[in-house]
Amino acid sequence: MDKKKLGYWLFFIALFLGPLYLTEFRLALMGKFLCFAIVALGICLIWGYTGILSLGHGVYFGLGAYCTAMYLKLEAANGQLPDFMEWSGVSALPAFWVPFSNPIFAIGASLLIPALIAAILGFLTFKNRIKGVYFSLISQAVVVVFVTLFVAKQDWTGGTNGLTNFTTFLGFSLASPLVQIALYMMTVIILGASFALAAALTNSRVGRVLSAVRDGENRVRFLGFNPTSYKVFVYSLSAALAGLAGTLFVLQVGLISPAMMGIIPSIEMVLWAAVGGRHSLIGAILGAVIVNSAKSFFSEAYPDIWSIFLGLLFIIVVMFLPNGIVGAFESWNEKREKAKRKGGTADAADSVVS
Amino acid sequence: MQPILSCRDVRVSFNGFQALQGVNLDVLPQEVRFLIGPNGAGKTTLLDVVCGKTKASDGEVLYRQTENIRKLQEHEIVHLGITRKFQAPSIFANLTVWENLELSLKQKRGLWSVMRAKMTGEDKGKMEAMLLRIGLMEQRHNLAGMLAHGQKQWLEIGMQLMQNPEILLLDEPIAGMSETERHKTGELIHEISETCSVLIVEHDMEFVRNFSKQVTVMHEGKVLCEGTMSEIQQNEQVAEVYLGRRESAC
Amino acid sequence: MAVVITQLFNGISLGSILLLIALGLAITFGLMNVINMAHGEFIMAGAYTTYVVQQAFSHYVPAALFNYYYIVAIPLSFLIGALLGFVLEKTLIRFLYHRPLDSLLATWGVSLILQQVARSIFGAPNVAVTAPAWLDSGLTIAGAVLPYKRLFIIALVTICMVTLYLYLDKTAAGRKMRAVTMNRSMASSLGVSTKKVDATAFAIGSGLAGIAGCALTVLGPIGSTIGTYYIVDAFMIVILGGIGSLIGTVFGALSVGMLGTVAEFWSGASMAKVIVFVAIIAFLQFKPAGLLSARTRSLE
Repeated sequence: MDKKKLGYWLFFIALFLGPLYLTEFRLALMGKFLCFAIVALGICLIWGYTGILSLGHGVYFGLGAYCTAMYLKLEAANGQLPDFMEWSGVSALPAFWVPFSNPIFAIGASLLIPALIAAILGFLTFKNRIKGVYFSLISQAVVVVFVTLFVAKQDWTGGTNGLTNFTTFLGFSLASPLVQIALYMMTVIILGASFALAAALTNSRVGRVLSAVRDGENRVRFLGFNPTSYKVFVYSLSAALAGLAGTLFVLQVGLISPAMMGIIPSIEMVLWAAVGGRHSLIGAILGAVIVNSAKSFFSEAYPDIWSIFLGLLFIIVVMFLPNGIVGAFESWNEKREKAKRKGGTADAADSVVS
Repeated sequence: MQPILSCRDVRVSFNGFQALQGVNLDVLPQEVRFLIGPNGAGKTTLLDVVCGKTKASDGEVLYRQTENIRKLQEHEIVHLGITRKFQAPSIFANLTVWENLELSLKQKRGLWSVMRAKMTGEDKGKMEAMLLRIGLMEQRHNLAGMLAHGQKQWLEIGMQLMQNPEILLLDEPIAGMSETERHKTGELIHEISETCSVLIVEHDMEFVRNFSKQVTVMHEGKVLCEGTMSEIQQNEQVAEVYLGRRESAC
Repeated sequence: MAVVITQLFNGISLGSILLLIALGLAITFGLMNVINMAHGEFIMAGAYTTYVVQQAFSHYVPAALFNYYYIVAIPLSFLIGALLGFVLEKTLIRFLYHRPLDSLLATWGVSLILQQVARSIFGAPNVAVTAPAWLDSGLTIAGAVLPYKRLFIIALVTICMVTLYLYLDKTAAGRKMRAVTMNRSMASSLGVSTKKVDATAFAIGSGLAGIAGCALTVLGPIGSTIGTYYIVDAFMIVILGGIGSLIGTVFGALSVGMLGTVAEFWSGASMAKVIVFVAIIAFLQFKPAGLLSARTRSLE
């Protein structure tokens, strides 16, 4: 157990020291992937531990990103109207934009708005015992609703182009490499903290209730628990993590558009957790980094092949690697140890192990 | 003595099929009550109604004579002290035996309470005592899914007992058990009845004969008669119901 | 008055397309408890089949016969859809019975691959299918013009529905299918070959999606992502209708089509999406299991 803990520490320290050994370009990519890893952590919590498959996390990620982007946009506009509003003929800043000129409000909202929307959706469905694949499909419909709205309300959201052309964050120039390094390190710290929080949660009694909900929601009721509140809680927590990731993403990448919160990005987020191992938090992080590295490698050179590769990845993971990379590694390890033990104690063990 | 649970004219229909057609039943405190009857008589449905899994379309289910629990949700009924063991073992296969019992502790089950909950020495003592009682001390760190069938049944009974129920509902608790396990279970049930009422659905007449005091016979969604097993065996109606449908009189 | 008739008519025509798509999903989900995300790509396959048939007619067939290419395109779309469905069932779906979440993810992968294949063959931009001339005008009722194109769709869907009903109700194969939907193990022990039934059902459902794709070509240009656009709505209809209930699906499709059209008329296309979604969620507050659905006794 302690060996594992040490491994986690080393892993996060190695990530933290990224600026020492990664080029500026690679560091920017890594920073982006680590934002995705935070989303994957949240998906692991709801899917791997609680059995809720959400196909709508792109929305929570996007909402978080938009909240912070609104602040960045206002800071870039420097008291004027944001550029895209002028182009679409808006004469005054819409009222709901005004509080976003405060960075604390904006970043707070990037966590709370996704959490709130997730809580409302979760409450209305989980309370009525709508679960499993029904919930997944409903969460996918949420994506369609939000993307359509964000594209249509061009004068409020920047439409298909989304929000971009930021200059500074709290007065620091986003173009400066030092600021980018600082943002990268902040991302690593937040990822580590999210990991610690998720690990603590899954190892607690609440975590055991969540696993029990996954394995038999109705049975949990007969132990006196109301699964609704547990599911709403973990679903909102996971949405908040996605929102937080959105904030970090927009700071580092400098762009958020409806295409990044659509159906395909949302389901790709599930794939990250699936590839790493849906039951493993560290697997979710690895999955996000590995899938996205592969994506940036392939999609630049052969965009057509990437699409097919992505499709095959879905099929392969479901059919042959249901517990992802971490699951495969664990079962390989188990087999090896079993073989070792067998070798040591010869035939005597056979009858016991069977 | 006042009944702890009373069903008054309970009716249930599934898409027009009348599964329960006005059931009246009283269960006294610390009573062991067996429910028998041919397949489709509505025994399991009656348990479902009491524990809240199925909602009755009409009638009353009174707890301690005053509280109508017909419309409560399952977990609210559990909070009152009515717990249910299902026919198929419904333990949590991916949790250990210990963790299964931990979830079953009598505790505040709200999200915030569980978040702050700590394992106290008292809780630990209770869980260890229960492990000894159901004979799973050695297996406590095994995954519950790995247990033998009989052990799963025992674990589930243990999980219900951890909650200190007032009324325990058992659905065919000895199904799939060996002869010795059956006997042990029968004794356990009588031990339990010192502190709570037990309502059992059972098909095994041998078991009913050995361990019952009061038996209720159900037939076609109604209570046919009540009495001791020997009284029941004398009853002509009962004989007709069972002999008319020999296949279910196992 | 004319406005009311037009809206009502548009609602029915949108609803009937959604119905054709949702029926295939309802059949396979009710029967095998799998979610087929690639269903949308069977729509696409049907649409491209129609495109190819139309191209072939304009190149190789005397111009006088061009107007009748639908006579070839409709059955061919069904067959292509059914064939793709059959292959998918045999190679992937049958390993995923009763694992709805896994089947959802795996078939999503299939959907991505099929979309890319279509882009490689037909190119990324949308293509337009020239409708036969006899579909160009419309029927005038009380001042409202009902385009023949939409009437054609409604007629096509009606024929499919009646055929499906006759198949399920009057033929031995159809009755077997219903038996397996209701109680798989019982049907199987009575000697029904569930494997055969599953494959047939899947092929029929996919074939219906192919016909839906064919019908969509009269409404506008088609592209590789045409399926994705409709599939989400179709799934919501299945949920709304109640699982395993084809009648529920019919009502679900018509109400979604109707509400969508009316909402679009009053508040624009994007708000219509929101209104329909909110209405479905609101409806599920009262009937979480959908319009019509069977109750079960099992615990999980």
